[in-house]
Amino acid sequence: MTPQPDSSLSFGHELPPEESTAPGKGTIRVVQLYPRDMNIYGDWGNALVLAQRLRWHGYTPELLEYNVGDEFPADVDLIVGGGGQDSGQLVIQDDLLSRESVLKGLAEDGTPMLVICGLYQLFGKFFKTRTGSVIPGIGVLDVETHGTDQRLIGNVSVSSPEFGTVLGYENHSGQTTLGPGVSPLGTTAKGTGNNSDDGQEGARYRNVVASYLHGSLLPKNPALADFLIRTAVERKYGSFSPGTPDDSYAVLAREHAARRPR
Amino acid sequence: MFYFSIPLGKFVRRVSRLRGGGSALPGLVVEKIDPGFMRRTLSTLPHGVAVVSGTNGKTTTTKMVVELLESQGLKVFTNRTGSNFTRGVAAALLGEVDWRGRLDADVAVLELDEAHAVHFVNQVPPRYSLLLNVLRDQLDRFGEIDKTAQLLQHIASKTTGTVVLNREDPRVARIAESLTGPDVLYFGLDDSLLSTFPNDDELRAAPGSPVPPAPPKPHADVVLRRVGAADADFEYDGVTATTEMKLRGVYNIFNAAAALTLARAIAVRDSVPGKTVLADNDGLMKALSQVAPAFGRGESLVVDGLPLDLVLVKNPSGFRLGLKSFPAAGYATMIAINDNYADGRDMSWLWDVEFDTLRTEGVDQLSGSRAYDMALRLQYDDVAIGAVDTEIAPALAAFIRGARDKPKRIFCTYTAMLAIRRELSKITTVEVVS
Ligand SMILES: [Zn+2]
Repeated sequence: MTPQPDSSLSFGHELPPEESTAPGKGTIRVVQLYPRDMNIYGDWGNALVLAQRLRWHGYTPELLEYNVGDEFPADVDLIVGGGGQDSGQLVIQDDLLSRESVLKGLAEDGTPMLVICGLYQLFGKFFKTRTGSVIPGIGVLDVETHGTDQRLIGNVSVSSPEFGTVLGYENHSGQTTLGPGVSPLGTTAKGTGNNSDDGQEGARYRNVVASYLHGSLLPKNPALADFLIRTAVERKYGSFSPGTPDDSYAVLAREHAARRPR
Repeated sequence: MFYFSIPLGKFVRRVSRLRGGGSALPGLVVEKIDPGFMRRTLSTLPHGVAVVSGTNGKTTTTKMVVELLESQGLKVFTNRTGSNFTRGVAAALLGEVDWRGRLDADVAVLELDEAHAVHFVNQVPPRYSLLLNVLRDQLDRFGEIDKTAQLLQHIASKTTGTVVLNREDPRVARIAESLTGPDVLYFGLDDSLLSTFPNDDELRAAPGSPVPPAPPKPHADVVLRRVGAADADFEYDGVTATTEMKLRGVYNIFNAAAALTLARAIAVRDSVPGKTVLADNDGLMKALSQVAPAFGRGESLVVDGLPLDLVLVKNPSGFRLGLKSFPAAGYATMIAINDNYADGRDMSWLWDVEFDTLRTEGVDQLSGSRAYDMALRLQYDDVAIGAVDTEIAPALAAFIRGARDKPKRIFCTYTAMLAIRRELSKITTVEVVS
């Protein structure tokens, strides 16, 4: 299927009506990777937040879906992808490998991307399962992941040099180790993150942000959402003129979430 | 044969009752000194054991099956206790058996939590199982949805008589393919109602995306054909029967079709020789019309002379169904979201529910430990918010004060519902109507 623009977004997930009064500052094309198979634990929320905040900043979001077998959309400004079950990862694996060069090209070129959990792992070099079989990744990120018997579950708080405190919820059994080609998103103050050894969470490379955090991640971390938006807009239009989103609920949601037990 | 464990267990049960203790200790005692107790006792029942499992609606469905079977003159043993499953059942059995260990019942109908399923069915293979659904619920406890499907599969494979499956849930319906022993019966939905039951796979499917060709559906023993304001149509044996319903919400009424299928399998299909089973469908439908939701699973109360509905929401599918089944128009709405262990700690699921149906009326009050997560979610769906207070008691009082002239509805997670019921009984006369 050819990706369809915004209006056909999806069954059930209808975006709020657009405000017709604000003069548009421009259009940003956001591609969701494999929403049909890789969209667990509310990762859809990340796409919704990007679309809404683009509007609040005065830009027009165009949300596109890329699923297995689709034509890859042209003129991509921002990419977002989520986690999935083991079965979902199996479904997308071959298709993802066939898109290795386009996704690597976009990442090297500085396209902002957010990949969570399952797609974080597959954006790395490989995933080695407990039984020893190796699932190749597309190598956008210099990371490797090893399956374990232990499931890391719970609230997470990360100190990030770029984004301050990042809050979310992890649920994964793969453990990821970073190579020298990437830096961590931050260090964990609560929760486990990438693996049970080094206290690091997520990975950063050019404008790619990778993380294990669901929650969804972006709603309670507007600084991270706005980094992705600002980068996309600056790359396309040269400069970003922000609007004034009301983040008072986000601030309070962060305060209360930070106090909850692991 | 005389088992010393039974009088001992009964004695411990009596003592722990006197001391105000729970049900687990006597169960533990009998489990330790007589591990065969539960299996032995349950295996004497003429209709054997029926288990009800699945993610959503176990408690109310189990209650329905019990009431349907009782309407047929059967004596039913069931587990009403919420403590550790196996010990809870053992403790409940101790309360019911005579001193020789005989249980005066025709059949046991047990609600089986997925977490305890394997242990129990390995000990006591059920004669019947009813498998309701596999939804994204408490994934932080069970890891993955496919794992839940495997647990249900295991229950089915241990079933010796009849497995009743949800024809409309692909993960449940698929279980039939692997079964060689037991008979399989389905309960199903009319095509016109399918759209009110988005399953988790359809959640993110775009319109126009290639839909795999639907395999021909198997025949369902009971099909829910229509849901009205206070009645419903069920089709079985080639006829459609209309009955009044006290239960509200399409998903509850679909579970009524599930309960009806199991009750028919037990009472109509497998009448035990020598036992007078009335087994009439009219009686079953009459009993169904009387069924009220199980405690704490959503109910309708009267506050200040106007209805106040409590709707339990604990996963995206349940919340979506709740919003669909209870339209917002004309109602004041409150949402209370807690993240205690029993609710699930992960708030991600709120982002898998769309709240656009609340856009026209707005939400009057938010509460619960994660009230601000809910506020943030509504903000991103452009739903107006009245007030937010994480403390449930003042939030509830403000909600009731502010909407005196309107019927009210509260969507709440499990522990929030318990707190709200407690408060309601303090601040107003609560008259339970169903
Ligand atoms: Zn995950």
